[in-house]
Amino acid sequence: MAATTIASVRKSSVIPGFGLALGVTLTYLSLIVLIPLAGLFWRSASGGLDEFIRISTDPRTLAALRLSFTTSFVAALVNLVFGMILAWVLVRYRFPGRRFIDAVIDLPFALPTAVAGIALTALYAPNGWIGSWLAPFGIRIAYTETGIIIALIFIGLPFVVRSVQPVLEDLDREVEEVAATLGATRRQTVRRVVFPALLPALLTGFALAFARAVGEYGSVIFIAGNSPYKTEIAPLLIVIKLEEFAYSGATTIAVLMLIASFLILLAINLIQSWSRRRYGDV
Amino acid sequence: MSDEAFTSARLPGASAIHFRPVTVERRRIRVGLILVSLAFLGLFLVLPVVAVFVEALRGGLPAFTEAIFEPDAAAAIRLTLLVAAISVPCNLVFGVAAAWAIAKFDFKGKSLLNTLIDLPFSVSPVIAGLIYILMFGSQSLLGPWLKSEGIQVIFAVPGIVLATIFVTFPFVARELIPLMEEQGRGDEEAALSLGASGFQVFFRVTLPNVKWALLYGVLLCNARAMGEFGAVSVVSGHIRGLTNTMPLHVEILYNEYNFAAAFAVASLLALLALFTLVVKSVLEWRYAEEIAATRRH
Repeated sequence: MAATTIASVRKSSVIPGFGLALGVTLTYLSLIVLIPLAGLFWRSASGGLDEFIRISTDPRTLAALRLSFTTSFVAALVNLVFGMILAWVLVRYRFPGRRFIDAVIDLPFALPTAVAGIALTALYAPNGWIGSWLAPFGIRIAYTETGIIIALIFIGLPFVVRSVQPVLEDLDREVEEVAATLGATRRQTVRRVVFPALLPALLTGFALAFARAVGEYGSVIFIAGNSPYKTEIAPLLIVIKLEEFAYSGATTIAVLMLIASFLILLAINLIQSWSRRRYGDV
Repeated sequence: MSDEAFTSARLPGASAIHFRPVTVERRRIRVGLILVSLAFLGLFLVLPVVAVFVEALRGGLPAFTEAIFEPDAAAAIRLTLLVAAISVPCNLVFGVAAAWAIAKFDFKGKSLLNTLIDLPFSVSPVIAGLIYILMFGSQSLLGPWLKSEGIQVIFAVPGIVLATIFVTFPFVARELIPLMEEQGRGDEEAALSLGASGFQVFFRVTLPNVKWALLYGVLLCNARAMGEFGAVSVVSGHIRGLTNTMPLHVEILYNEYNFAAAFAVASLLALLALFTLVVKSVLEWRYAEEIAATRRH
């Protein structure tokens, strides 16, 4: 149905199979993604506004949402800084082991989150490899907010590197040479010529890492401690509500998370288009 | 790496003069940045993987093999393979169809379609599980009918497959779309004008052009399908030997303080991840140009 209306406005092409390909795509997309997601919002709306407000202003819900968004923000910031450095080193410098590093960056994409979770806990628990070194100094990482942030840094790292890397590769070195001939120091060139060109890619990477971190579950729950109001992330609260068969509670938190993520992604998109206009599309 | 590696010129009668190109930082900064990168990756990425294997083998090889061949673990491995064997081909067919429609044709709403395909990436896995519970669970609209027909979706294999398909939905399409858009339509149009049929064009022209990106997309999709935890955990019901996938089995063992067994099963998943990365790197190095376009996601 939708396929035929769209098909009627397409420009003519001699290549066959448009109707079939788009039909398969739209049917599958609707069945797997769109209808179930719409069901979530429909279910949430049918519960009534009072119920929605009651659950969304519940202190435990608010604490979980605040924790999820603040830890994700901090983790995405750390990834922004180190992702930028990693992309720079990978593109600009030649040193032994460069290819190995390039391959390792994708590890968080490939390693199952539960495996990452128990591995990080084995490292940072008070009796763990690293945790036991820090414990005498009174530093605790696992079962605190710091532990959550470490897990979120792990899963978000590739997003910034892989967003910045191709842009940096395409960046014209002559522009930097021009800046240098005009008397700019290397620091000025990097700050005022290179950095603005990378800004949209950096923001994209930040947004992707942030969005992924907000929804992350597997790698966090092992290291988080999961005590209500303190180290209980929003996705975990959804799971707890489901186990209590509190479907309206789970649905409300899910809708709040989706709306909040959507607004943040929208804001970052706006900043991005602003910086593209400001500095030009590179 | 040293400054001398860049440029050195010898003027007649003078000692060697070394230049550092203006677009390169001082040696001190370069070495510093490289060391920071290595330390960060070592601490955050390499050490956890090493920990998995060390903890897995801590109890010795016999304990390791026992943990893997124990009946519940074997059932979890079988279920994981089954789920991947269903969900990956589904997403493969979808990915190829979506890439064909988006890359080879112009139509209204294309960028919206592109955005919607990426949607599952920004939805929490837990929410992915939740939406199927709301759709097929006992409290849903379909619930009573499914029950009367004797079909169980939630807390059973179909629910696990659906949740896995959702979270791995964009992988193949994401690899194919940018590459096929970059390659354009010229090859296909030429083949058609020479009298090839639509299927011939697809299997003899398009497919060979994108085979490495396709393989990489399938590999990533498979790694994520076998390793998915959050979405599957919500819909599985955690019935040992029946609806436990490998990641869920790892969680159960870990929560029972059976760490050696948990890490043993986890090490199999870590091996899968390493295998995926090795194949990916080999593909990238050998077919750098083809893959370069697809890295921009």
